[in-house]
Amino acid sequence: MSFQEIVFFVLGAVLVLSALRVITARNPVHAALFLVLSFVAAAGLWLLLHAEFLAITLILVYVGAVMVLFLFVIMMLDINIDRLREGFWNILPIALPVAVLLLAIMGATLMGPYFGLSMRPPPPEVAEGYSNTRAIGMVLYTEYLYPFELAAVILLVAIVAAIALTLRTRKNTRNIDASVQVAATREGRVRLVSMPSEKKGVSAPPPEPELPQQPPPQQPK
Amino acid sequence: MVPLSYYLILGAILFAISVLGIFLNRKNVIILLMSIELNLLAVNLNFIAFSYFLQDIAGQVFVFFILTVAAAESAIGLAILVALFRNLRTIHVDDLDTLKG
Repeated sequence: MSFQEIVFFVLGAVLVLSALRVITARNPVHAALFLVLSFVAAAGLWLLLHAEFLAITLILVYVGAVMVLFLFVIMMLDINIDRLREGFWNILPIALPVAVLLLAIMGATLMGPYFGLSMRPPPPEVAEGYSNTRAIGMVLYTEYLYPFELAAVILLVAIVAAIALTLRTRKNTRNIDASVQVAATREGRVRLVSMPSEKKGVSAPPPEPELPQQPPPQQPK
Repeated sequence: MVPLSYYLILGAILFAISVLGIFLNRKNVIILLMSIELNLLAVNLNFIAFSYFLQDIAGQVFVFFILTVAAAESAIGLAILVALFRNLRTIHVDDLDTLKG
């Protein structure tokens, strides 16, 4: 057994076992951490397949960003695990045959001679100085430029949607609603108060100190 | 040397596990999202295995796009989950029956 096969079987076993723990773990935090482990194992397998750029991308984007987002959300929500887990294994008599049948059908196809080493020999070793990142970049920015731009737009839409869904305006915030400012009219802001004009030399009697709330005497016009 | 069929069978096992996870965790939206991530991982593993054995870089470009879309999908899914929890105080799938479907 060659070194590559040993690495493949170890990483494959880690991948399958951690994937099984993702779907059976009781605590969602444990499930998220096992999902991180399975992503790391998958990144190792991708390295074995000479996909170095995507392996690093998987670690950086998934383990670094998406799974941290998952953990944030899991820890932010106060969920009742017992209620979510009730009847967890009840559906197993239906689910297990479906999964096994799916695996059997795919396995029957894949175990055949069509994907073995005789039909699909491993490609020759890459030349010295070959860069997987450069090879992806060469086609990504030429042949796949339009899908690349679309992917950027999808990410922008995702940012806007995620912020719009979770943004909550506080009551005591002091930010300005521009539409309210534009719609302001003179009638809404200015209040005309009728005040008597005062004549020179004639002054109104001072208000008595016992009654400060008394309105000033109206002078006839 | 590891043949192509080993990688494909590993991808099939991962796919079956994720389908099983969608069945088992039918009440927990968070684990459902994680099962979808496992599903996409299985597909990506197949893409990369074929890309290596057929010597075609297009498979890796596809995986790049799948990763992009999956990241956007999980971000929006988690945002919907947070908005849902804020309004209903639950993420139990049976409680999400506002539409009476």
